[in-house]
Amino acid sequence: MTANTASNKLTWREFRSSPAYANRRDKTLTGLKNFAIGLFRLIVIAGISYVILAPVINIIANSFFSRQDSINPMVFTIPISPTLERYTMAIKYLDYLPVLGSTLLYVFGVTLIQLLVCSMAGYGFARYKFPLKSILFAFVLVTIVIPLNTIQFPLYTTFRFFDPLGIVSLFNGGKGINLLQTPWPTVLMSLFGCGLRSGLYIYIFNQFFRGLPKEIEEAALVDGAGTGRTYFTIMMPNAAPAVITVAVFSIVWQYNDSFFANTFNISDSILVTRKLESLINVIANAEKIQTIREQQLYFDAGVVLVLVPVVVIYLLLQRRFIEGVERSGIVG
Amino acid sequence: MTAIRRKRSIFHLSYEQRNAARGYRFILPWLIGFLVFYAGCLVQLGEFSLSKIGLDAATGMTKEYVGFSNYIEAFTSHATFKQTLTSSLIDMMIDLPMIIFFSLFVAMMLNRKFKGRAVVRAIFFLPIILSADAVGNAITRATELVNAGVSGASLEAASAGGVSVAYYMELFGELAIPDSILGYIVDTVNRISTIIKGSGVQIILFIAALQSIPGSLYEVARIEGATGYETFWKVTFPMVMPHIITNTIYTVVDRFTSSEVIGLATRTYKELYNYGLSSAFSVVSTLVTILILGLIVYLLNKRAFYYN
Repeated sequence: MTANTASNKLTWREFRSSPAYANRRDKTLTGLKNFAIGLFRLIVIAGISYVILAPVINIIANSFFSRQDSINPMVFTIPISPTLERYTMAIKYLDYLPVLGSTLLYVFGVTLIQLLVCSMAGYGFARYKFPLKSILFAFVLVTIVIPLNTIQFPLYTTFRFFDPLGIVSLFNGGKGINLLQTPWPTVLMSLFGCGLRSGLYIYIFNQFFRGLPKEIEEAALVDGAGTGRTYFTIMMPNAAPAVITVAVFSIVWQYNDSFFANTFNISDSILVTRKLESLINVIANAEKIQTIREQQLYFDAGVVLVLVPVVVIYLLLQRRFIEGVERSGIVG
Repeated sequence: MTAIRRKRSIFHLSYEQRNAARGYRFILPWLIGFLVFYAGCLVQLGEFSLSKIGLDAATGMTKEYVGFSNYIEAFTSHATFKQTLTSSLIDMMIDLPMIIFFSLFVAMMLNRKFKGRAVVRAIFFLPIILSADAVGNAITRATELVNAGVSGASLEAASAGGVSVAYYMELFGELAIPDSILGYIVDTVNRISTIIKGSGVQIILFIAALQSIPGSLYEVARIEGATGYETFWKVTFPMVMPHIITNTIYTVVDRFTSSEVIGLATRTYKELYNYGLSSAFSVVSTLVTILILGLIVYLLNKRAFYYN
């Protein structure tokens, strides 16, 4: 370069064949290529983000619409006379705070149980040798492949006439206890490793524990820790990435779950998502709202209210969640 | 060490036996649950599908063996079962490759470092959160309102969205694109939001898979002068292949759980109280799905390369 600029006698033809020209041309081309790739990525990401976010934005915007806005064809997304009335009504008829409280209690309780039971099973499969182990682990995979939806009706009858080992019928000579409409079926099933996607969680924990060095436990054993203690004080803290991954999955899926809620008819005074299903009809009847368009606005407010907690939880945990997924060897 | 200090039990166990006992202790809750709830219910399902079931709060459950009549009814006289089953399976088959390609593509994009990656990742995983059924209905309706042009929720909404699918159909029609291809394109565009929403977990799995590919392989490829295209097909793709199988399984199961045929089985027992028939639906649809899944996994597995 310096040679070129110092002696300006180079003709264009000479310059074109000089290495300096090739160098500069390559640089420009690479720059252009990177710019094009960046632009392409930006367009694709913007497009996909739009598809994901547009309905959410639409719902949030609608939940602030007043009656005039909803019938005014000029109004799109940004309300002219926004109102909070949808929210006050939705909170009132959802019985929001108490029901949300019990929902969160249910979700967190089930998640804790899932974490304990699934990590134990995953650890047992990863670290111990016992007869029939490979067959039993194949059964774990079967529970992933054949979803609970297949056995929904037998599950329904199991908990409709719940009678473990015939104990109940010994006492009242009846047909077992009706556990439907209570959260107990979910709790019981999670406790025995058959909860929502438990198979997947066992698989994740198994993969993770297999990746941890064996020396950790040997050291604990030499120092005199028993099996249980090694597991709770040494292995679980080391499994933090897997625990976070499973916890986020479990919280989000359990909160959003409709399978357990509908199969066992869990009462809508316990689950806010169940209550949301009937919100439109309740508000329409109680407040004498006839237009479907306006009923929908109340429903939109309800949807926002139901989504807020789980989005907050996700945003709080998402950084550690993604790190956890990358480090937990979730894919083996 | 601990073992020595402990009291000797009457049952003198070797180290292996004690270890096996510990292993069983860890998996015990799951094992009980599997046998009682899962395996028990699967057996019951088979039994129910061969019976006529009556449910009554006063008398409990009554079963009457009727042989294969539920299956015969499902395949011969039931109005919608066969159509629902085939359309569910076809939907699954169309969605599957698209979800796999899309999620691999997005994972590769998100795996690069660029400004605002954290925000983009948070947005892309949002569909996992928004998948609730109750919420899902609202989201579907909002999606229809927003992309009214494509989905055509209603004529009015379409004009509000500013895009008219009829106009584009006409436009492409004049370009003399065959109807079948045009139909496929329109169908794909219609599915875009389904595919994006169904890809959250798959993207996560693929990102984790991409992170686990040793960097030295890419280094070698670069030194040997491989282009980006070659690097993808010779390094990334083979290394990701086992995870494509994992994702295939996940996708098929996920599509199956939310499929219309499962909904039909639910409605049959919840609203029509035809418990035996509902069980037969479940058995048939599950068997067919597993058969297809097994076939796909077998075909993919033949081409897979396992690094370890």
